[in-house]
Amino acid sequence: MCEYGTWQQVIPYTDRLNYVSPLINNVGYALAVEKLIGVQAPERCQYIRVIASELSRIADHLTNVAAGGLELGAFTAFLYFVEARELVWDLIEMLCGARVTANYVRIGGLKNDLPDGFQEKTKQVFARCRELWKDVDKLLTKNRIFIDRVKDVGNMPADEAIAYGFTGPCLRACGVPYDVRKSQPYLVYDRFDFEVPIGETGDNFDKYLVRMEEILQSMRIVEQAFQQLPSGPVNIDMPQFRWQSKDDIGSRIDSLIFHFKTVIEGIKPPPGEIYQAVEGGNGEVGFYLVSDGTGKPYKCRVRPPCFPLTAAMSRMMKGRLIADIVPTFDMINMIGGECDR
Amino acid sequence: MLADLIESLAKIVFIFSVNIGFFAPVLGWVERKQSAVMQDRIGANRADIFGFTAIGLFHSLADAVKVLVKEDFIPAGANKFFHTVAPFICLVPAIVTFTVVPFGGSYTVFGHEVQLVIADLDVGILFVFAVSSLAAYGVVLSGWASRSNWSLLGALRASAQMLSYEVAMGLTIIGIIMVFGTLKLTEIGAMQENFFKWGIFLQPVGFILFFTCAIAENKRAPFDMPEAESELVAGYFTEYSGLKFVMFWMAEFLEIVTIAGIVTTLFFGAWHLPFVTDQKLLEFFLFAGPNGAAVLAILTNIVTFFAKVVFFIWLQMTIRWTLPRFRYDQVMRLCWKMILPLALINILITGLVLLL
Repeated sequence: MCEYGTWQQVIPYTDRLNYVSPLINNVGYALAVEKLIGVQAPERCQYIRVIASELSRIADHLTNVAAGGLELGAFTAFLYFVEARELVWDLIEMLCGARVTANYVRIGGLKNDLPDGFQEKTKQVFARCRELWKDVDKLLTKNRIFIDRVKDVGNMPADEAIAYGFTGPCLRACGVPYDVRKSQPYLVYDRFDFEVPIGETGDNFDKYLVRMEEILQSMRIVEQAFQQLPSGPVNIDMPQFRWQSKDDIGSRIDSLIFHFKTVIEGIKPPPGEIYQAVEGGNGEVGFYLVSDGTGKPYKCRVRPPCFPLTAAMSRMMKGRLIADIVPTFDMINMIGGECDR
Repeated sequence: MLADLIESLAKIVFIFSVNIGFFAPVLGWVERKQSAVMQDRIGANRADIFGFTAIGLFHSLADAVKVLVKEDFIPAGANKFFHTVAPFICLVPAIVTFTVVPFGGSYTVFGHEVQLVIADLDVGILFVFAVSSLAAYGVVLSGWASRSNWSLLGALRASAQMLSYEVAMGLTIIGIIMVFGTLKLTEIGAMQENFFKWGIFLQPVGFILFFTCAIAENKRAPFDMPEAESELVAGYFTEYSGLKFVMFWMAEFLEIVTIAGIVTTLFFGAWHLPFVTDQKLLEFFLFAGPNGAAVLAILTNIVTFFAKVVFFIWLQMTIRWTLPRFRYDQVMRLCWKMILPLALINILITGLVLLL
């Protein structure tokens, strides 16, 4: 589908991959195209992309843990985290006007800069999220019934997990400290102080704990990003790849021509192929792009983190009860839009 | 004779109206509202009469109207007779068990002795077990007669769970029966006049075990395997609609009330206020004359008893909305490997203490 539109027209499609954390997919695709072109977005843009990605990751993990609780009958924990998720989505709505289909990141920039008062609102939201996090932690983490349901269910040894192609929280739960943000830092992740939590046995309880901890770590990253946030433009100053401002387009003939050309023909990255991965909510979201120098992608392939996880379901469920499928399937967090394309 | 008849009728009408007329519909509201409060939601507040919502209380009314006009669906291939009869078998024991639970002491009003219990049976607590285990038939029949796999699986789980916990529950209260030396619930209640003789102080382990078993017997979360919605849709009442569906729910709510009533009677001083004996109550109300004093004492007893019942209903609701669900084998393990041995040890220790 991507190969029938221009390079920019792919971005709304990436929203639909993992629709709980669409901003990460946006960022991943934009980074991939920028790598293909050989440019880097301005520094302020990179920071905002980090903030957007981490907010999405928080929303993703909150939803996943909440749904896990719900399916095991802990309806109260579910609603606590859904409240937190809604608050985070309020932030995302403030940022880009949409809650689910964000469509916020552009090749070489962003749709818009941070809105006024975003930082203060984030502070309030995080304060509430931390309260809710503590409540859910109390409800589940030391709850004997919950532990009985998830501990030693869905185990996965590290070597097999790697062989299956696990990434993200599920791989880290197996004890492998692989996080794209650390191992192949993109954007400005190398400037932040955050930890990558790992588990031991890879069972559902470890997956749950890893996700819970990552929520806190993501909040730390966002707070650090706000502290370090530089001023400056959010869009790259290369009109052949990113439109100039609407004022310029309306008043300057060269801007208008570039706008017309990029909209009608699409931007034209040089021929070549690249692979760019980002750390998504469920693991490594990779984009493999091939350009033949025209305005449309010659090949656009996504490496989804859910697919190997879903493939390993039968391995994880071998010899277990049907009731164990419920927490295991939830903890791999299979997202249909990402898994089945 | 006539006075006896009037007394019995009054008591039956009272308990019936309290249970069916008040607790069953109001618990539906309590369940919604309490879960809403616990989960930071607004909860039931939509049904209104001319704009008055009465904090959601009209929902019970709306529900009643809704279930009355709903289609009574019987799936193709289901056994019509048993499918229809099953909800009744579930509901009747839930109503009947409350007859032996005393809600006050005995007083003399206008020369007539009034005992605040519908049926003061010698076997008392045994009657409760005998009748409440009949509900298992309703569950199994409903599952089998629905001709649906979900229902059948739910019913199988329910029957195994109810039978297992019946055994454990019987053993958990043997301790309290040994201590009080009687099966009569009225006598057990009367013996707890002294605050420090309340069952909870004499049998603390027995209380926890009994309460756990009772919740499991009622098949509510965290023991709601028979209706685990992520595995079995709705379990044994998947194929029910309209009034019959509501009968299952009413049975569940009434069992909550019954459990609360029995726990209160056995472990929490029945109708007694702490440190206040019935005699003291009568003396306190003497200003209203002997008959008036008795009436006031009766009212105090009833209020005390139902206040305790409401507390235990609240406790059960809180547990239901806090804990996630067990897995089926874990429920069985809890029953046979933990509660049963603990109950036996409890009996042994009680026996030793009584002997020495």
